[in-house]
Amino acid sequence: MKSNIGNDAIIIDKVTHTYKTDTGLLPVIKNLNMTVPKNGFTAVVGPSGCGKSTLTKLISGLLKPDYGEVYLNGEKVIGPKSIVGMAFQNPVLLEWRSILKNVMLPLEIVPNDLSEVDKEDRAKSLLHLVGLEGFEEKKPSELSGGMRQRASLCRALVHNPEVLILDEPFGALDAFTREDLWQVMHKLRREEPFTGILITHDLRESIFLADEVVVLSGRPATNQYSLQIPKLKNPKLDNLFSPDSIEMLKNLRKQIEIAQVQQATN
Amino acid sequence: MRQVLIPFYAIIIFLLFWEFVVWFNGWPNYKMASPSDLWPAFWKFKKLFFQYGWDTLWRTVAGLFLAVIFGVFLGMIMGLSKILREALYPLLVGFNAIPKATVVPIIALMFVGQHDLNTILIAFMISFFPIAVSISIGLSTLEPEYRDILRSLGASKSMIFWKIALPKTLPEFFGALKVAVTLAFIGTNLMEIVSPHGRGLGALFDSGKTNADYPLMFAVLIGLAILGIALYYVVVVLEKIFAGWAERSSE
Repeated sequence: MKSNIGNDAIIIDKVTHTYKTDTGLLPVIKNLNMTVPKNGFTAVVGPSGCGKSTLTKLISGLLKPDYGEVYLNGEKVIGPKSIVGMAFQNPVLLEWRSILKNVMLPLEIVPNDLSEVDKEDRAKSLLHLVGLEGFEEKKPSELSGGMRQRASLCRALVHNPEVLILDEPFGALDAFTREDLWQVMHKLRREEPFTGILITHDLRESIFLADEVVVLSGRPATNQYSLQIPKLKNPKLDNLFSPDSIEMLKNLRKQIEIAQVQQATN
Repeated sequence: MRQVLIPFYAIIIFLLFWEFVVWFNGWPNYKMASPSDLWPAFWKFKKLFFQYGWDTLWRTVAGLFLAVIFGVFLGMIMGLSKILREALYPLLVGFNAIPKATVVPIIALMFVGQHDLNTILIAFMISFFPIAVSISIGLSTLEPEYRDILRSLGASKSMIFWKIALPKTLPEFFGALKVAVTLAFIGTNLMEIVSPHGRGLGALFDSGKTNADYPLMFAVLIGLAILGIALYYVVVVLEKIFAGWAERSSE
């Protein structure tokens, strides 16, 4: 089913989702609207447990919304589709495969007409891009946490997904490794343009990486606030200490506090 | 070389100690045979040893083979369906709780005369439980992210099973198989000892008992130990080949 709503790559249209639990109904997302333009990158922040991970499942088609619709590139999401790439906080690499074979996994599932050599080349070029050259034949257990997460990003991108969904991929890393990976993300965006959604708890991460930051209210999550981030030609970590950035961070911090209070009183 | 020599010396020292204890206490060989009695006992019946040893071996392996097929199947349906897990688990635990020694005469009567079938059946019944449990736990505790990664790409259930669930369960499977090998071996011998006019090392052991040939009984024990060790290491080698990745290198 094609929609004619502009040319946004991700459209979340009045989506509501409720979990059925033993104790009754638990509304997690309520009347949420969001759009991400093609090759745009939007960060979603909000209080813990407000339904951000549910949102990723709704976009990837792993869950169906009770009300409302999700469109990816104009097409309504009705189930899991291969046009999505995902990465989580846990890199979930397969321990019995080499890094190269791990990155190639989506190419074994998604229909494509690449030859085995092409697949390898594609995976290798991505690994090269994220600085994992020379680690192709290593097993995941031989790599550090940051390196595994790099490999996980490669796996999410290897099949050229139309939409990249990142659910706190840097959440478990130490601060310096995280900053390294932010730089890697910028590099990936330059070399391998993608449309993306980033779920995060780190406000600095959100303004450093995204074009737009959406703050969700406390559960049930709905739009509370949204902030456009001015695009920089050459993003550097130093920018995070500029007065503009500090102002944005303060602003976002205040919004999160409002959402937290709202969730606690709900 | 060290890896071979150290166990070898340990065995020699153990045998010398055994010989010494028997000699020191002046035990007659019906109380405790000494290692020096074993070789003549083995030599006297060497043809039977090989023939019966083979019987015991192939029946154990056949029983184990059935246990692997049935155990993996049972583990799969229990691991993938919550309803079936809840339904089958109490049954399985109850069945496993019955000491298999009490099942031996029942099976022996049920299929009287079919000695091979009886033996394989007991070896199978005693050994499928750990395999079924390990597979079902391995499958049911698969982290949801692993499934989501593949599902979000549009992978089918069978694809998820072959690409992720099965390989991820292999280390647990081999752990269970090591237990199952030993159990199957116990099962085979139980039946061989109890069954009248049986074959296999268990039957040889029993005939040693009826003829008051105590060194023969001890020699059979050693024979069984050797077979048991061999089977165990076959599993270890298979584990290294198929699930070697689970072993963290210690360097």
